[in-house]
This record gives sequence, C-alpha cells and structure tokens, in this order.
Amino acid sequence: MKKIIFVLLIGALLAGCATKPVGPLTLTVMTHDSFAISESLVTQFETENNVKLVFLKSGDTGSALNRAILTKGSSEADVFYGVDNTFLSRALEEDLFVSYASPLLEQIPAEFKLDNQNRALPVDYGDVCINYDKAYFASHDLALPQSLDDLLKPEYGQGSGNEGLLVVENPAVSSPGLAFLLATIAQYGEEGYLDYWQALKDNGLVVVNDWSTAYYTNFSGSSGKGAQPMAVSYASSPAVEVVYAATPITDAPTASLVGDGMCFRQIEFVGILKGTQNEKLAQSFVDFMLGKDFQEDMPLQMFVYPVNPDAVLPEVYVKYNQVPETTGSLDAQLIADKRDVWIQAWTDTVLR
Amino acid sequence: MQSIGKPRKKFEIGRALWVLPAAFLLFFFLVPLGNILLVMATRSGVVSANAILQPLWFTIWQAALSMLLTLALGLPAAFIFARYNFAGKGALRLLTTLPFILPTVVVAAGFTALLGPRGLVNGWLMQAFNLQNPPIAFMNTLGAILVAHVFYNTSVVIRVVGSALVQFDPRIEEAGKVLGGSPWRVFREVTLPLLRPSILVAALMVFLFDFTSFGVILLLGGPRFATLEVSIYTQTLSMLNLRMAGLLSFIQLACTIGITILYTRLNGKRSVPLMPRLRGETVRTPKSIFEKTAIGLMVAVLIVLLVSPLAALALKSVLQTDAATQTSSLTLAFYRELFINRNDAFFYVPPAKAALNSLFYAAVTVLISVGLGLTASYALVRQRGLKRWLDPLIMLPLGTSAVTLGLGFLVTFNKPPLDVSSFPLLIPLAHSLVALPFVVRTIQPALASIPASLGESAASLGASPWRVWREVELPIIRRALMVGVIFSFTLSLGEFGATSFLARPDTPTLPVAIYRFLSQPGAMNYGQAMAMATLLMLVCALAIGLLDRLQVEGSGSVNSDL
Repeated sequence: MKKIIFVLLIGALLAGCATKPVGPLTLTVMTHDSFAISESLVTQFETENNVKLVFLKSGDTGSALNRAILTKGSSEADVFYGVDNTFLSRALEEDLFVSYASPLLEQIPAEFKLDNQNRALPVDYGDVCINYDKAYFASHDLALPQSLDDLLKPEYGQGSGNEGLLVVENPAVSSPGLAFLLATIAQYGEEGYLDYWQALKDNGLVVVNDWSTAYYTNFSGSSGKGAQPMAVSYASSPAVEVVYAATPITDAPTASLVGDGMCFRQIEFVGILKGTQNEKLAQSFVDFMLGKDFQEDMPLQMFVYPVNPDAVLPEVYVKYNQVPETTGSLDAQLIADKRDVWIQAWTDTVLR
Repeated sequence: MQSIGKPRKKFEIGRALWVLPAAFLLFFFLVPLGNILLVMATRSGVVSANAILQPLWFTIWQAALSMLLTLALGLPAAFIFARYNFAGKGALRLLTTLPFILPTVVVAAGFTALLGPRGLVNGWLMQAFNLQNPPIAFMNTLGAILVAHVFYNTSVVIRVVGSALVQFDPRIEEAGKVLGGSPWRVFREVTLPLLRPSILVAALMVFLFDFTSFGVILLLGGPRFATLEVSIYTQTLSMLNLRMAGLLSFIQLACTIGITILYTRLNGKRSVPLMPRLRGETVRTPKSIFEKTAIGLMVAVLIVLLVSPLAALALKSVLQTDAATQTSSLTLAFYRELFINRNDAFFYVPPAKAALNSLFYAAVTVLISVGLGLTASYALVRQRGLKRWLDPLIMLPLGTSAVTLGLGFLVTFNKPPLDVSSFPLLIPLAHSLVALPFVVRTIQPALASIPASLGESAASLGASPWRVWREVELPIIRRALMVGVIFSFTLSLGEFGATSFLARPDTPTLPVAIYRFLSQPGAMNYGQAMAMATLLMLVCALAIGLLDRLQVEGSGSVNSDL
C-alpha cells in the first residue's frame, strides 16, 4: 500500500512536467526583479539568433546573486545580469563567471570597467542621490543643501515633531541605503563617517528600512505625501515621476541634490556563468546588452543610465534629471571586505 | 459478518494514510531544508552570539504580546459572531478575513494613509485641536508592529474558535444553568474548558505567525526592530553571510519544535466527544441593552481596526491629486492604466492574467493542502502513536524561515523536470507547506470530537464506510473543513515571499504585480499598486463570499435531510 501511494505520488509529480518543448535552443538569463526590457527587443534577439530567451528572476540583487552562488555549476542559467559594484568582488571570489572580451567594450569608458579580466562586464549605472520636493523648498523659502556637510545645518533638522527633513534607507536592508552610506565613507573616510552619521542623527535624521517606504510613506515629493522633503533615491527618479505622472505634468515635482560627493554611483554588470552549454549564444547576448538598441531601451524600462556613450538618452532624462559632476567612489574590493563591518558600525551608531 | 469485515478494512486504510502527508513533507520540506542548512553550515562567515540573542529575545516577547492582544480582540469577536445575529454580520465576517491576504507593503500603505504623519487621523486631529505637529506617531514603533499583527491574525481566532463555538451543544450550557450556575460561572467552568482546544490552536497559529513575522517588522516596525526572520533576511541577502543565516534558521526551527511540544503538552487531555450540532442552534438576536451595546462596541472596534485600513486603500486607488492645484478628485485612471502596456514592456502582465495566476495557484493549494490535511487528520485521530512525530513535523513549516526554505527550493529543485521554469506547481506546493498546518489544526479537533458510536451505529444500520463518511462525518467536519479551505485559499492568494523567489517572471501573481509597481517612482505606479491591491481584495472577497455561501447552503441541506 505504501509503495503504491509512493509510486503514484512520484508519477503524479512527474506527469505535471514531463513535457519539455523541443525547438530552438534556449538561453537562460538569471537576474533580479528590477530587470525590464521591451518586448520588441526580445523578439529581435530571438529571431536574429534563432533562440528562445528565458528569464529567471529571484528577488533583489542580493537574493539573485545568492541563487547564482548556490546553484553554481548546475547550469540552470547561462548568463547572470545585475551584480553591482557593491557585490562585484564577492561574485568574482565565488568564481561564477568566465571571461569574455566583448568587442563592444572598446566603446565603454574605462571608469566602468572594474574587472580587468572581463568576467563581469558593465551594462548600466545609476547614481544614488537625495531627491527633494521642489514645492516644499520653494514654499518654505529654504536654500538647497550643496554638500553632505550642509545637511547638518539646523534648518534641515526641523520638520514635523522631532523629525528632520531627510529620510534615508537602512543600509543593511536596502541597496540605495547602502550606496548612500558608501557615499559618506568615500567623503569622510573610514575614520570620519560615523561622526558624520552621529551628527546627522542629532539633526533629526529619519531612517526607514526600504526604498518603497522611504519614497512612498516618508517623502513629501511623491504621491504618498509624507513628512520629509528629502529622501535617498536615484538621480533618474525625477524623470520617472514625469513619465509615470497620474495626470500629464510639464515639470518634475522632484529633483536631485548633486553637490560634490553627495551621490554614489552604482554600476551593474553582466557575466557569462561558468558551466554554460551555450557559451557562443551567451556571448551574443552580452554583446546585445552592450549594443546601442538595448542601451537605449534601458533608461525607460529600468530607469538606469547606459554605459555605452553611443546610446542617446531619452528627452525626459535630459530635461528633468540632474547629473552629478563627481560621485563618491570606493574600491570594489574594499567594499567587499568591509561591507559587514561598516553596516554593523552604522547600525550601532544610528539605530541604537 | 459485515460488522466484523468493515472495521478491519477501514483500519488498514487508516494505517497507510500517514504516508501521503509524510512523503509530501519529506520531499518538499525536509529535503530542501536539510540541503540548504548543510550548504549554509559549510560556508564561511562570522558568527556572533550577540547577533543571535538580541533578535531571539525580541522575537519571542513581541510574538507573545501580539498573540495575547490578538486573542483579546479575537475571542470576544468570535463569541459574538458565533452567538448573535446582527445586521451586516456576513459582510463584516468577510471583511475581517481580508487582512489575511494583503501583502505587507500594501498594508503599510493602508496604515500610512490612516495613521501616518499626513494620514487622515492626524490631519483631522491637527485641524480639530489646532496643532502644529501630528499628535500620533505610529509608523516605525512597537505599537505599529502589534497593531499590524492584530490586524493580520484576528481572523484566525474568529474563524478557528468561531467554528468550534457554533458546533457547541447548547444543552451542556443549559444543564449548567439549570443546576444553578450563574452565566459567568457557566462560561468559566463549562464553555471555556470545552473551548480550550480551539483557543490553544488559534493561539499556537497566531504565535507562530508572529514569531516568523517579517514584512510587518521590516516595513511598519522600521529599522530599530529585528526578529530572527529579519536577521536571517539581512544576513543572507545583504551580508551574504550564509553561515550566520543558517545558524539563525536552525535556532528558529528549534524554537518552533519547542513551542509545538509545549502546545501538545497543554493540549494533552483527550478532547471531550460531544454530540456536534450541525446548524447554529445557539445563534440568536441580542435582547438586553447590555448585549446590544457590547455587540455594537465590538463591531465598531472591528471596523476601525480591521476594515478602515482596507477602505483607505480602496479610496487611494480612485483618488488622484492634481499636481498644480493640490486638489484631489475621483478617477478610474489607475484601473484603466492597468490594462495598457504603454511602453512595450516584455514582463507586462494584464491584471486579469495576474488574477488568474493567483486563483490557479490558490485553487491548487487548496486541493493539495486539504487533501493532505484530511488524510493527515484521519491518520492522527486513528493512530495516536503518530502524534509524537507527525504532529510537530506538520507544524514545522510554519516556523521555518521563508528565505531559507526559498533558497532550499532553489538549491534542490534546479534540474528539469523539477525546476522552477518547467514545474509551475512548485509555488502551490510551497504554499501548501504553510497551509497544511492550518488545515490539520482545524479539521483534526472536529474529527476527534465525533463520538465513535455515531459511525458505528450508522454502520450497524448497514451504511457503507463511504456513506458513513459522506453522511455522518462530512457534515460534522464540514464547517472545520471550510475554515481550512478558506485559510489555505487566502494564504496562497496573499503569499509573496516564496512566490517572488519561485514565480516565473511571465506568470506573476497579484501580490508580485503589486510589488513591481511599488518599486518604481511615479504617481501612476503608486496608483496602479493601490488599484491592483483593491482588485486583490475584490477577487478574494468574491471567492470567500462564495465559499461562505457554500458552507451555509451545505449545512442547511444536510439539516433538512435529517
């Protein structure tokens, strides 16, 4: 009896999934939830290469990377897209990728090419900056902070109750939160950043866990109509506010603070996974991601900037986004080595 | 002859029943969990005792406090639902179930709309008392965690304890009164002890839910609070410290086993077999002023606490603010926009398709968890020896870290045919793991309460085992069965964590679609998230309404047969 049930159970399980379609080769891309692409581009790549594209998404960058690390060698996927410069060294240490010197790399500025062995190739970047609510600053006749130091001024510490005007995300949970922490470390060094955060905390800093809460619950510039007129978000957010306005608007309700050292640049990479059976196709896909068509598609699908300078930016980007002249930068290896220590020290300073 | 042959056959089937749920748990719980814990143990990473003790202590006391508060609201509510008829009862019962399905991001948005610094309540208070600053600080407080836990889990108490109360034999209480007991004494010495098993079940479920709470802590509690589950999440996904995450998951599991054993001890006494009632004979309309006020108060509290955040969400989905004039107007723009793929997005999913995906997964979850739950309950009732290991094993998934188990699924099921991209049933299977304990915990007490004499007398009158089951046992457990169905259904509809790990991008569920909108700036995205959340509530309300109706009609027809 037991055996019969056992066999039936296994049989039922297998029956549900035994039929795998036979047809063109499939190329599987493992990525995070924020990955987006136009349907026409997918079709274009599929027809040009006679291949079927399959995307596996699992959560945010951290969980997608974990998946790649834990299923290493299972050849579940051929390409991994979405590891950023804060995770880059960890991914390289795990030996996930094979090198590929794409011919398109020539066109890409050296500042983005962080792996000299070309195991991880840059695709896009986004600057994490403080967004501000234009209407609030205008109606309160408040000057804009020009530097991280400016944020310590008392006029930015008095909002509602004992809360100040700035909301940031918890770097232990949120990727823009971590990026902003890294901007302060780049600015004040390992010896000075905790003092800065202590001073920010004394000036009414508001901390929430994730981007959605910061932006939609706390930020007054979004449709959530929160209490803080400044929130850590992306330099591309003002343009997105225009694209996704509820009623057509002629100007962005928000803008970014792009003073020296106030932003941190996140660069995202693609790599060909070790153990792939389709290395040639995977290389074609990497070329496709670095090529003009995809690079021009990204800004309005994923709201990131293309690394390929040939790509023309959409008009809303030029019109509504502020571009920082300099951004904080830290060595990827240093980030990988110290990230836990920095996050823990930040937690002890700001949250306890 | 017949009466000797039949019970033997029944006995044999009964002996093999445990194999099904046990095999299910082995394949889809123990193997993936064991796999991932082994992987985690072998990886390098810093382990610190302080990073364990702090969240452990917080996890335990916030869960205990949340559970007590949930019982404090849920028990009187269950009592009133089970004993009294009042206007709008059906609608209110349905609305109190809805919180259970809502993803935390949406609930956080609902609470913000009500109690946030610019929320309705603060706005009203500031206007009424001419205040400069919002008087209520709700977000990112312990209070927010507790309120949200009560918001989520009160329906567990109402449904579980309520279904026990309705089946109650009123003659027992009447006997107590006839013998001279005051109403309070009858309640304390007759009603309460008889309700004990169901109260314990509800308490256990609520405790475990709060114990593994994740989204509520993260989004409403804010960065100053961390449960074990939150720590596992940050250690895994942000620090990539899998060794620490594995250790924390193990501790969480050990606690769950301890809690389950404690529950079994407390519940050790054999349940009293009662002649169960099929239709609520005890339901009546309130008479005295006292009863009417008490019911009125209770209804008001339920509406304020459980229904108003839902209403705030629905309101937000039809309100748009003009950027220039800052005036709000009613609109259906967000709903219309849901049906348009404006920028040719490859991963665009029409709302109807997301709803169908959700409903499909929920239906399969119900089939799996109720099927396995029934067999497990029968096995547990017939073979008391199983209780020692099968009972805690069934409970275990409830107290297991979703992040860890999700990774376990990815590590274990990554080759065809059992991989995420070719085996869509992994999602309802994962949902069933969490739903199964509910189903078993609701069905098993009902089964155990059936006096053996009932089936025997039917059999001796010549009824086949199938007929005995269909006409004697099923009507008695029907109410409990429906509670199980509704819970597994709603659990699956609202589940986000495992689904986001396992869903293929082209087949997202409603909660996954809601998250997509909320991860981008823009009033249109926010409005669409609210619209999608309202659709989720609507879909769920329709389904539960249908199931509730089924239950009422079902028991009615059986009653008229008798």
